[in-house]
Amino acid sequence: MFRYIGLRLLQLIPVFFGATLLIYFMVFSLPGDPIAALFGERPPPQSVIDTIREQYHLNDPFIVQYLYYVGGILTGDLGTTYSGRPVSDLLGQAFPITFRLAMLALFFEAVAGIAVGLIAGLRKGKFFDASALVVSLLLISVPTFVVGFILQYVFSIQLGLFRTTVGPGAPIQDLILPAIVLATVSFAYIVRLTRASVADNMQADFVRTATAKGLTRGRVVRVHILRNSLIPVVTFLGVDIGSLMVGAIVTEGIFNINGVGGTVYQAIKRGEGPTVVSFVAVMVIIYMLANLLVDLLYAALDPRIRYAK
Amino acid sequence: MSNAPSTSPAVDSKTTENQPLLQIRDLQVGFKTQRGFIPAVKGVDLTLNAGQTLAIVGESGSGKSTTAQAIIDLLPGAGKVTGGEILFEGRDLTKLSAKAMQDVRGRLIGYVPQDPMSNLNPVWNIGFQVEEAIRANGVAQGKDARKRTIEVLQEAGLSDAGDRLKQYPHQFSGGMRQRVLIGIGLSARPKLLIADEPTSALDVTVQRTILDHLATLTRDFGTSVLFITHDLGLAVERAEQLVVMYKGRVVEAGPSAEILANPLHPYTQKLVAAAPSLASRRIQSARRPDTTKTLDISSVGAADNELIARADARENTPQKNLITLESVSKIYKIRQGGFKTKELKAVDDVSFAIPRGTTRALVGESGSGKSTVAKLVLQLEDITSGRIDFEGNSVADIRGRDLLAFRRRVQPVFQDPYGSLDPVYSVGDTIAEPLVAHRVGDRKSRQARVRELLDQVALPLSTVNRYPNELSGGQRQRIAVARALALKPDVIVLDEAVSALDVLVQGQILTLLTDLQAELGLTYLFITHDLAVVRLVADTVSVMQKGKIVESATTDEVFDNPQNIYTQKLLEAIPGAHFSFGR
Amino acid sequence: MQNSSSGPGHFVAQLDDTPLAAVDSVDESEKARSSFADAWDAMRGRPMFWISLVMIALILVVAAFPNLFTQTKPNLGCLLPDSNGGPEAGHPFGFTRQGCDIYSRVIFGAQASVTVGILATVLVTVFGGIIGALAGFYGGFLDAVVSRIGDIFFAIPTVLGAIVLMSVLPTRTPVTVALVLALFAWPQIARIMRGSVVAAKNADYVTASIALGVSRFRILVRHVVPNAIAPVIVVATTSLGTFIVAEATLSFLGIGLPPDVMSWGNDIGQARASIATAPMVLFYPAAALSLTVLSFLVLGDVVRDALDPKARARR
Repeated sequence: MFRYIGLRLLQLIPVFFGATLLIYFMVFSLPGDPIAALFGERPPPQSVIDTIREQYHLNDPFIVQYLYYVGGILTGDLGTTYSGRPVSDLLGQAFPITFRLAMLALFFEAVAGIAVGLIAGLRKGKFFDASALVVSLLLISVPTFVVGFILQYVFSIQLGLFRTTVGPGAPIQDLILPAIVLATVSFAYIVRLTRASVADNMQADFVRTATAKGLTRGRVVRVHILRNSLIPVVTFLGVDIGSLMVGAIVTEGIFNINGVGGTVYQAIKRGEGPTVVSFVAVMVIIYMLANLLVDLLYAALDPRIRYAK
Repeated sequence: MSNAPSTSPAVDSKTTENQPLLQIRDLQVGFKTQRGFIPAVKGVDLTLNAGQTLAIVGESGSGKSTTAQAIIDLLPGAGKVTGGEILFEGRDLTKLSAKAMQDVRGRLIGYVPQDPMSNLNPVWNIGFQVEEAIRANGVAQGKDARKRTIEVLQEAGLSDAGDRLKQYPHQFSGGMRQRVLIGIGLSARPKLLIADEPTSALDVTVQRTILDHLATLTRDFGTSVLFITHDLGLAVERAEQLVVMYKGRVVEAGPSAEILANPLHPYTQKLVAAAPSLASRRIQSARRPDTTKTLDISSVGAADNELIARADARENTPQKNLITLESVSKIYKIRQGGFKTKELKAVDDVSFAIPRGTTRALVGESGSGKSTVAKLVLQLEDITSGRIDFEGNSVADIRGRDLLAFRRRVQPVFQDPYGSLDPVYSVGDTIAEPLVAHRVGDRKSRQARVRELLDQVALPLSTVNRYPNELSGGQRQRIAVARALALKPDVIVLDEAVSALDVLVQGQILTLLTDLQAELGLTYLFITHDLAVVRLVADTVSVMQKGKIVESATTDEVFDNPQNIYTQKLLEAIPGAHFSFGR
Repeated sequence: MQNSSSGPGHFVAQLDDTPLAAVDSVDESEKARSSFADAWDAMRGRPMFWISLVMIALILVVAAFPNLFTQTKPNLGCLLPDSNGGPEAGHPFGFTRQGCDIYSRVIFGAQASVTVGILATVLVTVFGGIIGALAGFYGGFLDAVVSRIGDIFFAIPTVLGAIVLMSVLPTRTPVTVALVLALFAWPQIARIMRGSVVAAKNADYVTASIALGVSRFRILVRHVVPNAIAPVIVVATTSLGTFIVAEATLSFLGIGLPPDVMSWGNDIGQARASIATAPMVLFYPAAALSLTVLSFLVLGDVVRDALDPKARARR
């Protein structure tokens, strides 16, 4: 197990450098003036340009620029925003909010998704299964921001059950609705994945053997079918964290949450390229680390991985 | 149906031992499919007395496993009992509620499944999976359950069970997993054990020890056993009573010895005749060698001279060795994570020669290196050391044009009839592929050759447009043989070519191979784990163990007077080896 | 029924009841059929297949020839007095906040979404598929390099990467959006193809073909790829829908297609302001987008069920 963790950490290193290099390359090495591109139609005052040129060492060769950049990331120096605030400060405020929102969304999608998927899989071909399939397809095909608009309109504006925008400090009760919005698409994917996996495992030989042992139906379902079906679901969670991040940008934008996503949303809307780039780079790094966690969880669930070399 | 109780009156005698424990009457089972309801078991009757062992024998699709699964309601989703009754101690199991059935399973009727690889849950450790069965059937609870788990596994033959409870199925070998499954099946001391092909995935020697062990246990516990098997020899050796099933029906039932000595139904007679055993003899071809067939089409004008020359050659010289292996070794480097590698000697100093027109069998259990030898001979992998000669020339490192020329003369037939044909290729395209690859003939002549080949392997011409998924295992293997024959090779390497087939189909393919050999003067390297089959086809035999050849001799010598202990053990392990089949 | 018994307890069925069939004969009555013909048959029988196909055909026609469906020029004749107006003659869906005809905007918006969806899918499938197939089949150094590069791209979620790149790109058209999405999405297809090719490569029929003397390249093209392509087709069909959603998301954020390009994503984003007063302004473009995505998802599902050998065996 420790060997496995060590191996995964080692594998992460080249991916980390590769991914940061890629982002950096995209932003600063495209033809044309990166600063002009970053700020779009509203060129900033010369003083800002100078600050940025110096901050990103744009007068040095590309690889030196990059090394400064990575060095910054590794020492916690993530640059400054348009208004001159250190990105790391902003991140320190925003991250806990987004983390709470993401955890809440993960909770909703995992619990509800696995429950619905399990029941659908056990009753494959029946009414519940068919409805679950239709609903999940619908949820996947409606973009998150449309779901956000509709739920915000119905529950906050029409029914007044939640506040339209999230208050300062983002208390949990204000985050419930955004978390549900954030969870919808992934919920649908988890339903489909769990359902397929449960239906597959129901045919498995070891499930038949478990039944033949004289176990109760409930125990066969819990201990053998559900447990094994969780493995692909957990693998999916790794990919899913990526879509949660994009979803967070959209959702936090709609609900006016001052999290990481909301900050990126505002920066995009205001055309503040450097802020977008620094924040997205951080999100990518978090994504990598989250995937490492998911891999470990996967290894914990599947002994075949744990003991393989 | 009046044939129901015909087995019982004879054995109905005084002791409770002989009370019927399980009586199946006119059982009907079917499967719901898209094409409608398909019956799989069509009125089966059988009676199993307390303390007895009864075997149901049949080929795939006979309904034997379906019958067994119906008893404890383990039919796959689409299956359903549609008629008849299953009386267990007088209770009709088909009428039990799901809850009551749970109580029967495990506690009264144990079950040992076929494939040890897929029947243990990969995510739970062994101890957990055994203990679960013990608790569920109320055998023991709490700390006692753990103690009992160790006992159960020790009984099943895992002496170091205490240390291995925390291990996972993938850390166990197939034989050990099957012991675990037997332990689970017997953990609650059930009155009846259903063993559905419990050892067909295992090596013969492992099979033997496990079945011996199972027999001891069930005798000690007084457990009745319902054996499901495709192997007549195994059934006869392990069961007092025999039920022969064919296409969902019972065709013959009674005491095993009696049926074996005096098979009455034509199907049973065929089965008995086809069962390979130590007493079998090499299949003799009914066909005459037809030398014209092996001649190249281009040289028809010179046919007469060629024929005379060939006849002379055959009379004057003893058959020359076509393929010779001299001290051939193959070492694999296995990476063990990081930069460490371990060497695995898959083939260790192997030497043998095959004279033209004869068959050499290479026999061994899994991991013996026999299939690696096939790959080396076929030039699919390079040898590490030694020498392989074909017609006196080394072929060890040939490449490019020479390799292509070699491939043209040495062709393969592989084991898995479901895997060795490309599912998206039609039969015609499959057989023509070697012709296309070696640029032989044009479209038209290739089509003609394909028709000729189909005829040679006794398949109807209409097969040409079919796809592998529509054909049976035996038919696929015929196509693989036809494909191998397409380029008129000298040698065919048959790697477990008949192992996956039902015994009657296996017999057919072996006869076909023998006929083709006689007709076309082919040389075979016949690789198999099944010694009994060897006697039917081989002239010489090499027995392999752990990469080495431990015995090499003519087939008769090996069978009648085996020198090596391992060979003796292998022969000993052939199920039903010592029965003389009535034929 | 009379049994012919010989010994005690020896039962033999009457031959009439259990006639012997010839061993292993070919059933010549059945029509010969390939596995693809099987898959086609499985799909043909499902109404969802035809419904999604008709929907997709309709959407493609609308995207290619919007003028067939409306005479109204979507950007011209927008009159502020019509702002958020309800349906009236010639304007079945009503008007946007700017007073433009919603119906014609929905019709003309199809082109951008469909172009992005199809172009990105084709790019990803062709490049990802070829790269994955070569890496899986030839293995070794090529495989190692491709896998590592794939890992790097894989570490960046598609839309997140697209947000960065789109925010610095000087030109933003459906083609650039598709290119950017494809740039970050190809490793997924490449991985699937690679895995599928590795599985097919180890099949016995490939070993058999090598031993028969068939060339490596011919084996890859004629045996391995046809057997490995099914999962890629399934994922490609489904991902077409997700690319359309991704484009809409980028446009909503303001870094996808510029506001002057007619697109469902832009229209939905703009409709937000009037959601309380005129929800229909949001509804129509959102419904058009969702129906399009749904059609491809459903088609993907049907294709998967038809191609999945496990699902087929169960029927």
